Amino acid sequence: MRIRVDWRVSCRLVGTILKWLWVPLLLPLGIALYDGTALLPFILPILGTTLLGVGLEQLTDERDLRAREAFLMVSLTWLSIALVGAAPFVLAGDGMLATPVNALFESMSGITTTGATVIVDFERHSRAILMWRAVLQWLGGLGILVLATAVLSQLSVGGAQLMETETQIQDVNKLTPRISETAALLWKIYIGLTGLQVAVLYGLHLIGYAPEMTLYDAVAHAFTTISTSGFSPRGDSIAAFSPAVQWAIIPFMAIGATSFILLYFAFQGNFDRLRNSDEFRFYVGLLGFFTVGVGGVLLVDGAPYTSLEQIARHALFQVVSIMTTTGYASTDFNLWSAAAKHLLFVCMFIGGMAGSTTCSIKTLRWLVVVKAFSRDLFTASNPSAVRPVRHSGNVVDEETVRDIYAYTLVSLVFFIVATIFVVVDASRVQLSVTEFEAMSAAAATFFNVGPAFGIAGPLESYEPFPQSTKIVMTFLMWVGRIEIIPVLVLLTPSYWRS
Amino acid sequence: MRVIVVGAGEVGANIAISLAESHDVTVIDVNPEKVEELTYSSDILAIEGDGTSLGILEEAGIAEADMLIASTDDDETNLVTCGTAKTTGDVFTIARVRNANFLDTWTRSERAFGVDFMVSTNLLTANDIVRVVGLPAAVDVDPFAGGLVQMAEFEVAADSEIVGRTVEEADKFDALTFAALVQEGDVVIARGQTRIEAGNKVIVIGSPESVQAFSKTVASAETADEARDIVVVGGSDIGYHTARLLEERGLEPRLIEQDADRGRQLAEDLPGTIVMVHDATDVDFLVGEHIDRADAVIAATDSDEKNLLVSLLAKNIGVARTVAVVEQGQYASLFEAVGTDVAINPREATAEEIVRFTQEGQVENLSLIEGRQAEVLEIEVDEASVLAGRPIHESVTELPSDVVIGAITRDQEFIVPRGGTVINAGDHVVLFVAADVLSRVMELV
Repeated sequence: MRIRVDWRVSCRLVGTILKWLWVPLLLPLGIALYDGTALLPFILPILGTTLLGVGLEQLTDERDLRAREAFLMVSLTWLSIALVGAAPFVLAGDGMLATPVNALFESMSGITTTGATVIVDFERHSRAILMWRAVLQWLGGLGILVLATAVLSQLSVGGAQLMETETQIQDVNKLTPRISETAALLWKIYIGLTGLQVAVLYGLHLIGYAPEMTLYDAVAHAFTTISTSGFSPRGDSIAAFSPAVQWAIIPFMAIGATSFILLYFAFQGNFDRLRNSDEFRFYVGLLGFFTVGVGGVLLVDGAPYTSLEQIARHALFQVVSIMTTTGYASTDFNLWSAAAKHLLFVCMFIGGMAGSTTCSIKTLRWLVVVKAFSRDLFTASNPSAVRPVRHSGNVVDEETVRDIYAYTLVSLVFFIVATIFVVVDASRVQLSVTEFEAMSAAAATFFNVGPAFGIAGPLESYEPFPQSTKIVMTFLMWVGRIEIIPVLVLLTPSYWRS
Repeated sequence: MRVIVVGAGEVGANIAISLAESHDVTVIDVNPEKVEELTYSSDILAIEGDGTSLGILEEAGIAEADMLIASTDDDETNLVTCGTAKTTGDVFTIARVRNANFLDTWTRSERAFGVDFMVSTNLLTANDIVRVVGLPAAVDVDPFAGGLVQMAEFEVAADSEIVGRTVEEADKFDALTFAALVQEGDVVIARGQTRIEAGNKVIVIGSPESVQAFSKTVASAETADEARDIVVVGGSDIGYHTARLLEERGLEPRLIEQDADRGRQLAEDLPGTIVMVHDATDVDFLVGEHIDRADAVIAATDSDEKNLLVSLLAKNIGVARTVAVVEQGQYASLFEAVGTDVAINPREATAEEIVRFTQEGQVENLSLIEGRQAEVLEIEVDEASVLAGRPIHESVTELPSDVVIGAITRDQEFIVPRGGTVINAGDHVVLFVAADVLSRVMELV
């Protein structure tokens, strides 16, 4: 039997990316040097990833990347970075994080910008290790292959293919004639926003509004806000900081989940694109709707919040955090009433705009689903009428509509199956997990949100789940981040057979 | 004036023949039979050849020509012909196009393609259709003076309140002038004592509001309301533009197209239209979709026969008004005779546009009445005109009797022409002129 996929090409290009992974490892290494904590957890991975990368590059000289090879390469890239990213946690050997399953869970949660943690006691871990979590998330935020396309000239031709495979939803909007320039532009916006947030957060600290927000915290939080990922070096997340910091983080989460293509035009002074985008209005409308809903519930519930400012801040913060799939918490929303928690739970399924750093199903898909369905209602009563689905004035072709229906359905099936697994697996080890907690944990990992409700709440940890559940969740985060299809394609026999 | 017409199809030949009465016309066509036919049937120099070839154009005397009209059935040929002609000097070029995209391009840059004036047949026709549909009982509507003045031709319904009255009695509208009546195909100037019979057509000139108000008194009771529920049958280019223009008026028309792919394309291009894919000659379908309750059905398929069938079917199931597109000019009156309310011939609209460039004098706009028995003209009055600087009751004595002054506009204001109204130089005047006195009138005004 001959294999139809030129897997050597895929592995070779994964090698090229791994070879460069030593660069981001320098930041935690530097912090470890400064703090005088263990250096080996970073030095060994630096050597390992470089050797592994160079080794994989020797597989072939061929560089021709086609659609088949792109699926394999995208899936493998995310998986292999998670594996390399887990090495420092294992090598550092601190607490439960050092077991291989926990380390891989944490690393996958990092690179896929999920923000679900297995850390129970944050005090045990060095600042370098905690920074490495944030760096992983920042790398994963815009899509690791968008970054690769921007900096690696080898990917200049296959780059569009890769970016499209990585983000299934949108045709890669080439802003410039060269795909690498487009990718570089997106990264410049990303870096610019990150820098801006560091300045804002540290600025608040300097003028006395954020006594807890040191430079280290400002950098770590900026890394995990724009990337809508949600790891905080603090055990109690953003609840550890002043209201000023919480207010300041909200717009950055919201911007991170806004289409970077539209942001690019907005920064050029062209706000019309943003204003005329159906999806942007839908996204902002949903944020507003759920904020008002959650705020209303909190207002009725009264305790523990005493002022309108608190209610507004916490309602807005949590809705933005969950809907954009960031996963920060400004308060322990585990303690909220069922109505408020269920509203937040619904937000997990929405996500931000396509072409942003967000995960989940995304507003573009929901908007097309809503429009296509209302069209179907119209044609039900007018059988001979033809009515295309329109989005921001453009016609969405029927094949795309069908793909979006299918994707949404498959996502929900994944979620249901995962939920059942979590419940059954927990009862196997006599761990008390309610159905709602299991649903929220499945959604929080599969849709890359991070914190769930109950046992895996915002200030809790995924550590108590059995090993088997954590392995499945690691898989869910991986599959969810690259939007299912690249991984599922690999599981079809016709992909491999000739 | 020396005019070269490229393309002796129906439009080209008609233009050539009508221009030949007062101009030197040369026709170029690739078809030797057409060339021969024209050579023997009229006083025209006909040359066989390709109008896009510089050699042929030179043979036709492009160097001395004042105007070139490219009127073949192929858009690209017409554009290339104009471009080629421009290389030889400063001939005024007119191109007829079907595709409105070319018109868009040309509107953006008036030097595009070397075309000095562009006529889009399909767009003009769609405009005509939409104007007629918007006015109950109208068979023809043309705007003048930038829309301040309208010329409209109505068919008088049997139960209309003006039947049996004289023009004097019927003329209750302030800003409206009765120009003429068409009785059994003959144009008659409207005098105060002329009696209006059912089945006559009346031609009025006035402000759009008064024309609209007048239309209600002409129409029968069932059609007197403004048409809102409009169905376009046929997704031809004319059908597409008609639906688009109706959308622009804030209506939600329905369009029925038989071909599924074309239907999908139209649905994508027409966000405000309900596009239906079905055979419009299926009566069960028409009744099932309540097409019978529509205010108007416009038959705009590519086939005259089908348009006739659709409009008759629609009329039969009870649609208030039917409009049909007729490519073959001579069928137009036949369509109206057998029951179609309005038959619109795309070529006539094109001919109006092209002829207005060849009229001597300061004609700004023009409309042809009943097979050129008469014309409605808009002119800008200059000092030398007999109209200038004196009241109308004085100046009419010098004009032939078959002339009606329909409306005056001054500084974008509508002025009702009465006996004592003084016309100034610079005013725009809309005149109704019978064809036989046309050249005399043009000299005087």
